[in-house]
This record gives sequence, structure tokens and C-alpha cells, in this order.
Amino acid sequence: MTDLTRLTAVETAVAIRDREVSATEVTQAHLDRIAAVDGQVHAFLHVDPEGALDTARRVDAGELSGPLAGVPLGLKDVVVQKGVPTTVGSKILEGWRPPYDATVVKRLREAGVVILGKTNMDEFAMGSSTEHSAYGPTHNPWDLSRIPGGSGGGSAAAVAAYEAPLAIGTDTGGSIRQPAAVTGTVGVKPTYGGVSRYGLVAFSSSLDQAGPCARTVMDAALLHEAIAGYDPADSTSIPSPVPPVVEAARQADVSGLTIGVVRELSGEGYQAGVQQRFEEAVETLTELGAKVVEVSCPHFVYAMPAYYLIAPSEASSNLARFDSVRYGLRVGDDGERSLEEVMSLTRAQGFGAEVKRRIILGTYALSSGYYDAYYGQAQKVRTLITRDFTAAFQQADVLVSPTTPTVAFPLGERLDDPLAMYLADLATIPSNLYGGPAMSLPAGLSEGLPVGLQIMAPTMRDDLLYRVGAAFEAARPAPVPPLSWEA
Amino acid sequence: MSQITREEVAHLARLSRLALDDAELDGLAAQLEVILEAVAKIGEVTDAADVTPMTHAVPLENVMRPDVVRASLPREDVLAGAPAAEDDRFRVPRILDEES
Repeated sequence: MTDLTRLTAVETAVAIRDREVSATEVTQAHLDRIAAVDGQVHAFLHVDPEGALDTARRVDAGELSGPLAGVPLGLKDVVVQKGVPTTVGSKILEGWRPPYDATVVKRLREAGVVILGKTNMDEFAMGSSTEHSAYGPTHNPWDLSRIPGGSGGGSAAAVAAYEAPLAIGTDTGGSIRQPAAVTGTVGVKPTYGGVSRYGLVAFSSSLDQAGPCARTVMDAALLHEAIAGYDPADSTSIPSPVPPVVEAARQADVSGLTIGVVRELSGEGYQAGVQQRFEEAVETLTELGAKVVEVSCPHFVYAMPAYYLIAPSEASSNLARFDSVRYGLRVGDDGERSLEEVMSLTRAQGFGAEVKRRIILGTYALSSGYYDAYYGQAQKVRTLITRDFTAAFQQADVLVSPTTPTVAFPLGERLDDPLAMYLADLATIPSNLYGGPAMSLPAGLSEGLPVGLQIMAPTMRDDLLYRVGAAFEAARPAPVPPLSWEA
Repeated sequence: MSQITREEVAHLARLSRLALDDAELDGLAAQLEVILEAVAKIGEVTDAADVTPMTHAVPLENVMRPDVVRASLPREDVLAGAPAAEDDRFRVPRILDEES
């Protein structure tokens, strides 16, 4: 019998619709897979067999239908799901069960998608390796001694290790795309405002965006279409139709398109093997009929510094809500200490090192005397980066680069060097600052580890990512992980 | 030149309501020094002087909705997640000094 965990989301949905297999069998197969391998991968923080099987039964009973009905999914633990523990990878929310569903969850439920559980992540989505999770790191299925990327390493690893065909990630500076690149999977950051942020635990509100993780471009497109669209509960949600991503993935044709190679996203800091796979990818796109040009985005080199001022500034404000009053941890409430003392003790004990570092950095960048030189200047640079994008899109329909400068690095290697960790997002950050959509998809191996190709498109042209991505994928199928650690 | 002193970090920690210990303050001062040196590179951007700062990727006007009464979350569901509750309210530690 076919191993149900190896099917794509499309194949799974069709098999369920044609009654070749039940949603319950599919769900049980994935729960069994998680039980078998997640001790080694640690992609999940919480598995919800009852909730998952309940949804599956409703699909089998014909109560729920749609293109993804019955397909299992891992939900990043930054998205609230009613009654299911949501920790954001932090001790400060340990044991908290949200009283409501995020809009993304509501849409997944309506689509009959089976939510298997919550996936591991760097605490508050701050990190590039999952090593900042308060519950221990996730391991890369390609090599368990290496990072799965971050912050959404749990979602990417779950998909790569066949624990789920689909997962939800969130991307503030690359947290969907960088894990996709280093695990050999597909990850998409939609246009900012394309997917509702209602029910996402906020990190940096002007940058955060939820999106799909999958093993194929078409699977990502179906999930994208399921979760996207205007939501009155999010005031930054864009009141326009969802770009036709599924149709574009079906089209899978780059002829007539001009593809821009971003000069500033290569060279120094990029591994030779990564650069080589990228150049071959550009060659493939040329062979498929695209016109390739080189474009220059001179302010992209300042994207990393601008991001590490803007995101921590917003985080220092957003994380003020963890005040030991309304939810989560409370430490030292002995009847003697004041609210302020209890609050300060709780936050010091509940937040991990990276979160504290970013709160302090953000508070510094926003403080009087430094505001203009740091936060204010970063916002101006953000404008200039957006202008670089606008100018580049006059010359090309989409832009391409390597997704990450290196393949997956060993766990522990950059843990004590925050700046080295920040460099993992060098190529992904520009799209967050600009707001446009971007995809990472597999572009072969270097040293036996996956390399990602990044495609960037103009705001609300998410469809172009899928059109180019699907064409590339058809010509250069994704490598399959050997999973040699499996007994 | 030192960008940030241990005393400044201690001040920022107080503002941020983080009761950090001495080892954390020392570690953060050293790490922030390195990080600030890297992010200070944005000062090199010379063509930013007359540029409008970008606060957001979506240039939205004020977003309004009809002013109609809607159901809120049930009180017991919200209080169920609180560290301490009493009489249908969040219970908090002492806010005012004994003398005041």
C-alpha cells in the first residue's frame, strides 16, 4: 500500500475525494509518523490527535469539503488556536490555551484542513535556527546535527520529514523562506496584508506575515489560496482579490517574463556552492524561455541594519503585553512585592536571552537622543529599499537571488554570536521591508545539503512567484532527503 | 568608541521591566556593542536626508468600521488564562505604596 505520508497535498486531497482513502486514515498515518520520528526531529511542540481526528471524521462524513479537505497540516506555534496550547516557543506563555481562533485557523477549519498540532519555533519568532526555542531546537531532517532554519524551523522540518504535507509559517525577516531553503522545501511569504494577522502573536507588526510551507509549489499555492484574503479584523489587511496563485502554478511558464538577478545579493558572504547552484538555476530559467537581466538595488546592503533596528523597536513595544496580568506566567507574587516588581521578575524569567536582547536593543533605538539616528534613519532606509524594488521592477517582472548565503549550519555554531545568526537573513529581509511577496524553492544540493532559490515579486503579484516557481520545479525537481537516520 | 555602557543597559532594562542579573547586564553590554556597531552602518546612507520615513508596507488611510455592538469573548474564557483572577476580574499585585 502507498505510504500516505509521501503523497503531496494535491494527491492526498484527490485520494480522499475519490474515496480511495479516508481522511481519518490519512490523519492517523501522519500521527503515527510523528510518533515514529518526532523524537529525533522535534518539529512539534504539541500534537492534538483528538482535534485532528475529529476534523478528519467531519471530512469523511461530508460535512467539510474543498480543495484541501482532509489534508494534514502543522501550525506554527505563533498562531492561536482555540483551546490548544500556544507558547510562541516561550516559557512566558507555557500552558496558555487561547480563547479564540486566528483568522488563518478559522479559514483552515472551514477548508477541512486537519491541524495536527503546533510546530516549534525560535521564541517569539526571533531567530534563524529554532535554537532560541525555550523547548529545545528542531533538527534538520537532512542532517540531524544541523539547524532547520528559523524561526519556522518546526514547520519546515515537519514538511521535509513527511510529518505533514503542509504547514503554516510566519515571516518577519525570512522565517518561512530561510527554513524552506535549508530543508529543501517550498516556503512563501505572501504580500504584506495578503493574509490576515488577526490571531498571530505579534513580533514586528509592520513586517509579520503568515504564509504556506509545502513540498511542492502547487501545494503551497492551494494553501496560500485557502488562507489569504481580506479580513476586517486586521486593519492592515488589503481589501483586494487574492492574486490567482493556483492558476499561476498551473500555468508554470516563464516565457515572455524578464527575470532580474540582484547584484547586491551575491558575492561576499555567499558560499561558493550556494552561488553555483544559484547560477545554474538562472541558467535553467533562461533555457525555459525567460529573459535574464542584472539589476542593482544599492540600498539592499543596508537592509540587515535597518531590519535590526525596526523589528526590535516594534518588538519592544509589542512584547509589553506580557505583563503577568492577563495571561501566561507570573513570578514572585508573594503579597509583598509590587506589580512592577512582579512584572519585572516575570519578564526576566519568562523571556529567553534573544528576546531580552531584542527588547533592550529596540528600547535603545527608540529612546530620545538615539531615535533619529537609529529608528528614524532605519525608516528612511526602508523607503530607499522600497524605491530600489520599484526601480528594479521597471526592468524585470520578478527578481531572483539565493535564499540564504549558506547551507544549514551545525547546531550550536552561531548560538553565542548573535550577529552571525542575523546574517542568515541577508537576502530575505529586503522583501519584508518592502512588503512584496517572495518564495524559496529547492535549487539542488551543496555538500549534500539543500540550497534555496528565492523569487521576489511586486506587491500583490504573488501569482508571478508561483508561475516562475512551478516552471522551475518542473524542470528541476526537488531533491529528496535521504533520511538515513531513520531506523 | 564604546556605543553603550553597562549603566545604560541597566537603565534600558528598568524601562523594559526586565529584572536582569549582573551577569546578564555584562553579557548584554558586550553583545549590544557589537550589534550596534553593525546596525550603525545605516548612518552611512547619505541620500536619506530628505526621504519620507516608511512606517508601513501598506499605505492605508484610517480604517473605519460601523459602530455596532458585537459579542466579545466570554468573560470566563478570558479569565481562564489569567495568572490570578478574583470576583470576575484580573487580580494584580499591589499597585500603590502602603503609605499612599
